[in-house]
Amino acid sequence: MNAQSAHALAAAGLAKIAPADEQMLDFLQRSAFDYFLKQTQERNGLVADTSRAGSPASIAVVGFALSVYPVAVERGWIAREDAVQRVLATLRFFSASDQSGTVASTGSRGFYFHFLDVETGLRAWQSELSSIDTALLIVGMLTAAAYFGGATPAETELRQLANMLYERVDWNWAEHDDDAVALGWKPECGFLNYGWQGYNEALVLYALGMGSTTHPLTEASFEAWTVTYQWENLYGIDFLYAGPLFVHEFSHAWIDFRGLRDRFMREKDCDYFENSRRATQIQRQYAIRNPRGFTGYGQDCWGLSAGDGPSVEPQKVAGRQQAFYGYAARGVPWGPDDGTITGSSVVASLVFAPDIALSALRLMFDRATSGKGRSVHASGFNATAGVDTTESGNAGWISEGEFGLDQGMIVLMIENFRSGLLWRLTRRIPCLRAGLKRAGFSGGWL
Amino acid sequence: MPSTPFAAIPAVVQALSPEDAERLSNVSPTGWRNPKPLSRYHLLVIGAGPAGLVAARAAAALGAQVALIERHQLGGDCLNDGCIPSKSLIRTGRLLADMRNAANFGAVPPAELVFDFRAAMLRMRRITARISRTDSAMNLAREGIHLFFGTARFNGVDTVDVDGVTIRFKKALIATGSRSMLPDISGLPEAGFLTNETVFDLQVLPKSLLVIGGGPLGCELAQVFARFGSRTLISHSEPLFLPQEERDAAQMVSDALARDGVEIHLNSTVTKVHMEGGKKVVELLNDGNTATTRVDEILTGIGRLPAVQGLNLKAAGVAYDAEAGIHVDDFLRTSNPRIYAAGDVCLEHQFTNTAEASARIVVRNALFLGRQRMSALTIPWCTYTDPEVAHVGLYVKEARRRRIPVKTFTIPMHDVDRAIADGEEDGFVKIHVREGSDKILGATIVARHAGEMINSISLAMVTGVGLRTLANVVHAYPTQGAAIRQAADAYVRTRLTPLMVTLARRWLQR
Repeated sequence: MNAQSAHALAAAGLAKIAPADEQMLDFLQRSAFDYFLKQTQERNGLVADTSRAGSPASIAVVGFALSVYPVAVERGWIAREDAVQRVLATLRFFSASDQSGTVASTGSRGFYFHFLDVETGLRAWQSELSSIDTALLIVGMLTAAAYFGGATPAETELRQLANMLYERVDWNWAEHDDDAVALGWKPECGFLNYGWQGYNEALVLYALGMGSTTHPLTEASFEAWTVTYQWENLYGIDFLYAGPLFVHEFSHAWIDFRGLRDRFMREKDCDYFENSRRATQIQRQYAIRNPRGFTGYGQDCWGLSAGDGPSVEPQKVAGRQQAFYGYAARGVPWGPDDGTITGSSVVASLVFAPDIALSALRLMFDRATSGKGRSVHASGFNATAGVDTTESGNAGWISEGEFGLDQGMIVLMIENFRSGLLWRLTRRIPCLRAGLKRAGFSGGWL
Repeated sequence: MPSTPFAAIPAVVQALSPEDAERLSNVSPTGWRNPKPLSRYHLLVIGAGPAGLVAARAAAALGAQVALIERHQLGGDCLNDGCIPSKSLIRTGRLLADMRNAANFGAVPPAELVFDFRAAMLRMRRITARISRTDSAMNLAREGIHLFFGTARFNGVDTVDVDGVTIRFKKALIATGSRSMLPDISGLPEAGFLTNETVFDLQVLPKSLLVIGGGPLGCELAQVFARFGSRTLISHSEPLFLPQEERDAAQMVSDALARDGVEIHLNSTVTKVHMEGGKKVVELLNDGNTATTRVDEILTGIGRLPAVQGLNLKAAGVAYDAEAGIHVDDFLRTSNPRIYAAGDVCLEHQFTNTAEASARIVVRNALFLGRQRMSALTIPWCTYTDPEVAHVGLYVKEARRRRIPVKTFTIPMHDVDRAIADGEEDGFVKIHVREGSDKILGATIVARHAGEMINSISLAMVTGVGLRTLANVVHAYPTQGAAIRQAADAYVRTRLTPLMVTLARRWLQR
C-alpha cells in the first residue's frame, strides 16, 4: 500500500469498516473515556496516572483529559457545561499553582513536575520538571480552548487561562544540551543528562515551543534535534527510525501530519504520518519474525511500546534465560522485548494502517481475559510470562488496572480515525501553525 | 653497534615466571647496552609502541639509518597492558559464557563450573610473551635499528638527549603514545585502585570490582570480570556507554553487560571512596541521589591522555597541549617541520591500527617527500565486548552534521541464517550510504564477530566499491558475513522503481 492509499483509507475512516468493528471501536473509546470520569479530582482537574491505589497525577494524562472532553461532548457522553467546568478547574489550578521550582512546588518557568500529588498538586515521587509532559499538558489546554470557543464567561475565561499558561512556558530555558530541548530538570541536580536524541515523540513539543511569542525555542534547537535522526531501510522498508511505537504516535494524536513536510521529510520524500504507517508495518514484520520466540507474536499480535510489563523472575524462553522488565519503553527491532504487547499502541495505529491495526485489534479484543477489550485497555499483556493470575486465566500476565496515557490515546486516536476531530481542532491553534512553519514545515493543511 | 647488546642476563628476570621472563627479555632486556650513536640519523623515533615500531622498521627496511628510543618496554600499551592481554582474557570469558549456555546447544555443562583465574592469567602471559618475540630488542637490532633504552628529551630543534647522550636527526617521529587518565575522586589514591596496566598483574580474582568509566576497555573488562565470577559494577557519567558509538550499539552493549550480571550505573559519578573493614566504600551520585556500595577492587584510569610530559617539546619548537597532545597537520607534521608525530600522542582515535597507519604515513612524508594525508585513511575500530561493536567511516550523526544526505541499510543479525544457527542473533549490520547512491560512507556492525566482519566494508570503502557491486559478490553461505551482502541486496531492491517492475512483468508475460 502506498502513502496515498494509506491517507485515503485513514481519511475515509469508519465508513470503510464493518459494523462489528464499529461497535468494537465505539465500546473501546467510550470505556476509555470512563477512566477520566473516574480518575479525575474534580476540584483541581488532576488525573491519576493509573487506576492503581495511591497513584499520583501525571501532567501528561491531564493533557489527554483536556483533549478528550471535546470528544465526549461531541459524542454526547457529557454535557458541554460539565466539560467546561472540568477544564476550567484544571486551568485555574495550574494558573494558581506554586511555580517556585522548589522540591515541594508544582512547577517552574511555566513547566510542571511530571507527577503531582492528586490532592495537593505538589511534586510527587521526586519527579522531574518535564518538558515533554508539559508539552502534552499544554497542547491539551490549547485543544480545549480551540473547541470551547463560545462567548460565555466560562468559555472566555477558559481560553484566556489556556493562552496565559501557554505563554508562561519558558521553552527557551529548556534548550540545554547543544541547543536541543532537555528532557527534564530537577531541583536536586539541574538538567537531566538523558541524551534525549534521535527521533522521538517531541514533534508537538517543538511545534509549541517554536510557536511561542513569549519564550520561543530557537530554530537551532529543532536543527540540533533533527540532526540526530536516523533514516533506515529495515525489513525492506525505509523509515525514520525509532523503536517504541508510541514515539510514532503521540504527536499525531493532536497534529495531522498528512502531507506536512519539514526539511528532513522533503529530503526523504516522505512525511511523519506516512513514516508512522511504515513504523507500524515494521512492528508487524518484527512480530512475524518473532526472533526471541515469544508466545502469541504474529501478524495480528504486535505493538511494542512504552507500557507496563511483568516484573517476575527470569524464565527460559526458546532456550534462553529471559528477563522481564516491568514498566519499560519496549521497541523494535532492538528491544527491550520480553514478550509484552501494549494494546493502546495498536489502537493508535488505526489512523496510519487501519487494515493491519483492525486485524490485530479484533484478536486482542477477544483475548481470553475477564472482560471484552481488557487486553486493549490494560497497559500491557504478556502471554509468555508464566504467571497465571486469576484475572487472566491461562492468557498469561496482564497489567493490573489501567493507565491514563493509554486511555487518552485510545479516545483521541479512535476519534481521529472516526472523524478527525482533534486534527481539525488543532489546525485552529495559531501558535501550533506558527511553530510548525518556523520549524520548516510546509504542505498539507499548512 | 656493539657485537652483543647484552651485558648480562639480569637476575630479576630469573625470579619471574618463565612467560614474564621471556617477554621482558624481549621487550625490556635489562643490561642492554645502547649503541654508539651515529653522527646523524635519517629518522629518530621516540617511543617503541605500535607506531614507533612500524615506523622504525619501515624506514630501516628502506635503508634509512634509524634510531629508536624506548623509555620502558617495547610494544607499548597494546602488547604489554592493552589489546593483547585484554583479548586473551576476553577469550576465556567467552568460553565461560558459552559453557554456561551449553545446555542450549545440547551439551550438558559440569554441575559446577570451576574457573582457574591463575591459569587464565598464565595463558595471557604466555600469549604476550609469544607475540613479543617478533618485536624483540634483538630482532630490531638485527634489522639494523639502533635501539636506545632511556628517557628522550629534546635539547634543540634537531637533537635529542637520551640519558646524557645527544643524538642528532634529520627527521624525528614522536610516538610516545598515551597514559592513563585518573579521575579526580576524593579518597581514591588512599584506597588504592587498579589501572589498565596493573589489572593484568592481579594474582587473585577479586570477589567484587567497580569499573569507573564505560569506554571500550572499561566495558570489555567489566564483562570479562563478571564472566569470571566477580561481582562487577560499572559506573559511567553519560547516559550510554561507548559515547562515540551510535545509540543502538551502545544500548546493546549495556544490555549484554546486564545479561552477564554487571550492575550498571549510568549517568553516575563516583564522588568519594574510603576504606572500611578492608573494603573500598564507594559513593555514587545519580540525579542528585547518592548510593553507596562496597567492593574489593576499583579499576579506573581507562581514559587516556597523550604522553607529552618530559619531552621538553618547547626546546624543539613543537606545539602541543595537555589534552589534545602534539599538534599536527594533516600530513602529521608538527610545528617543527623536521619533526612528525603519530599514534595516541597526537590523534583523536587512540587505536593500535590507527597508530600503525599514521606511522606509515610519517615514513613516506618525512623521508620520501610524500604528501599523504591522515584524513584520507579509512580506519575501522572495534570494541571487543560480546557482542563486539565495530565501526568504520562516518557515523550518521557526523554525515548529517555535514549536511550529507544519508541512508542506512540495516540487517538485524536475527535475519542472518548463520547467526540464527550459531545462536548469535544479537546485533546488526548497518551500512550508511549517500542517499540516492550506493557510495558507502560508513558502517557499524554489532555482532559476536563484528571485528572480523567490518574488514570487508573497509575494503569496499578503500577500493571504492559500492553496495551495487557488493550485491554481486557471492558470499560463502551460510556465514555471518553474508549480512553485508544482504544489506547490499536491500539496496538493490530500493532501486527497483515501479516502472522497472512493470516493464519486467510485461517482458515476462509477452
